Amino acid sequence: MTDLNPFVLFTASIFTSNMILANFLGMCSFIAVSKDIKTSLGLGQAVTFVLTFTTAINYLLYKYVLIPMNLEYLRYIVFIVSIAAFVQLVEMIVERHLPTLYHALGIFLPLITVNCAILGVSLFMVIRKYSFIQSLVFGFGSGVGWTMAIVALAGLKKRLNDSRVPKGLQGAGITLIITGLMALGFMGFSGMVQIS
Amino acid sequence: MNQIVSTVAIMSGITGFLAFLLTLAKRTVGDYGIVEITINDKKKLEVRGGDSLLSVLSSEKIFIPSACGGKGTCGYCKLKVVEGGGAILPMEEGFISDDEIGQGMRLACQVKVKEAIKIEIPEELFNVKEYKSVVRKIEDITPRIKHIVLDIVEGGEINFKPGQYVQLVAPPYAESDESVQRAYSIASCPDDKNFIELIIGYVEGGVCTTYVHKYLKEGDELTFNGPFGNFFYKDNDREMIMVAAGTGMAPILSILRAMRSSGIKRSCSFFFGAKTKDDLFFMDKMQNLEESLFNFEFVPALSRIDPNDNWEGERGRVTDPLMKHLDNVENKEAYLCGSPVMIDAIVELLVEKGMDEDLIYYDKF
Repeated sequence: MTDLNPFVLFTASIFTSNMILANFLGMCSFIAVSKDIKTSLGLGQAVTFVLTFTTAINYLLYKYVLIPMNLEYLRYIVFIVSIAAFVQLVEMIVERHLPTLYHALGIFLPLITVNCAILGVSLFMVIRKYSFIQSLVFGFGSGVGWTMAIVALAGLKKRLNDSRVPKGLQGAGITLIITGLMALGFMGFSGMVQIS
Repeated sequence: MNQIVSTVAIMSGITGFLAFLLTLAKRTVGDYGIVEITINDKKKLEVRGGDSLLSVLSSEKIFIPSACGGKGTCGYCKLKVVEGGGAILPMEEGFISDDEIGQGMRLACQVKVKEAIKIEIPEELFNVKEYKSVVRKIEDITPRIKHIVLDIVEGGEINFKPGQYVQLVAPPYAESDESVQRAYSIASCPDDKNFIELIIGYVEGGVCTTYVHKYLKEGDELTFNGPFGNFFYKDNDREMIMVAAGTGMAPILSILRAMRSSGIKRSCSFFFGAKTKDDLFFMDKMQNLEESLFNFEFVPALSRIDPNDNWEGERGRVTDPLMKHLDNVENKEAYLCGSPVMIDAIVELLVEKGMDEDLIYYDKF
């Protein structure tokens, strides 16, 4: 078990080990849903919410079911199933009881099932041997970092509407270049803390 | 061996537990019970909640126009939700203007029926029915346009206003694995209630047009529903200016036929745009109408003339002869049918000439 201060871990998961800009996880929705700041923020919130909870659930599953039974090698399938089930459950509950929240994130929830950042966080948690509190903080921080990256990209793309992008680079092409530049920028943080 | 059994048991246990949880959630959280839909303050329906408004209404045999089949991409199923639809979804905003949001307009395919809901739909939609038909005739009238006659075999007589459209249901076929609906204007006369005529152009890659052009044969069964649309003949004594291009002739033809069969005495001129001489069709029908209608002039215009075509009619875009013939817009109204680009251009020209925008009726496709 690492003895990283949760606050350090939180900062690191946002800046130095950002899910998108350092690990390139969760790219598909990052590129597809970053057209508008408001919707990106909605998706980011949903991802943060699901990340925090699935990390906690997967921690408990791993620690209290898989390890005692020596079934650690089943973690991929167990994590995937638990993430999918959790997302579906959350969707149903939110739709029924929190209609406003559902309308804000409703259509993004199913998308999150296949967001690899979610599975990535659960796997990092195992590989880096985090404690429960550390996992929770890491999950939440990664979500915040993911949100920040997608909102920043949405803001940049909005500016891009007014600029003349060469034809061959329009759409996904310029988005990938921007993402690369953002990642380069974030590399500047890497001296602060290292968690991996 | 033990390990195999235990892993399978654990995995089944975990997934089984999750499946149990989800099923439980579906039966408690996801069950909305029986809810009531009130339509136009008079018709009440009791339905099982949880589905989209569009699918609930269609299972109650109320057909709202929809081309995409409820995916929220065509924007046709717009209707007014007075009470109980929840807030508007981000994906609807592209189809509904701010004014319309204020009036409570929504896309029926995106509204989930979860509580008692009050909606308003145009009265005509109650007249919309589903019809089963058999293809009586399908023939090429230009290299890219087919003329189709459908005999209604199930659903009764069809009552429509000249200018309205129906939605054809293309079944899954070799090049498409899902059923789609597409709108086509009726070309036949409203007096003919046992069959309809359609004019369908080929669109590269179009699911329904490919079906019609490459797969549909005489004798095939075809389902359609309708009639829809608020582009139709308006009864008054203004002179009528009609403009269409390509398959846009269909609703105009229906209007002209209806005028002939009811003996309406109004002056009208029809400007028809096509590219080449090969793209012209129904010239005989138009000539016939010119002879039998009170005061009707048909003006075809070709934009791409081959020197061998020996064409003596109008040249250029359809707007050129229109502007040439139209010296004033006094006591005139316009019926336009064609692509959005063409219609926007013509509306602009007519408004410039001084025509009241309320007297310009159009059908964009």
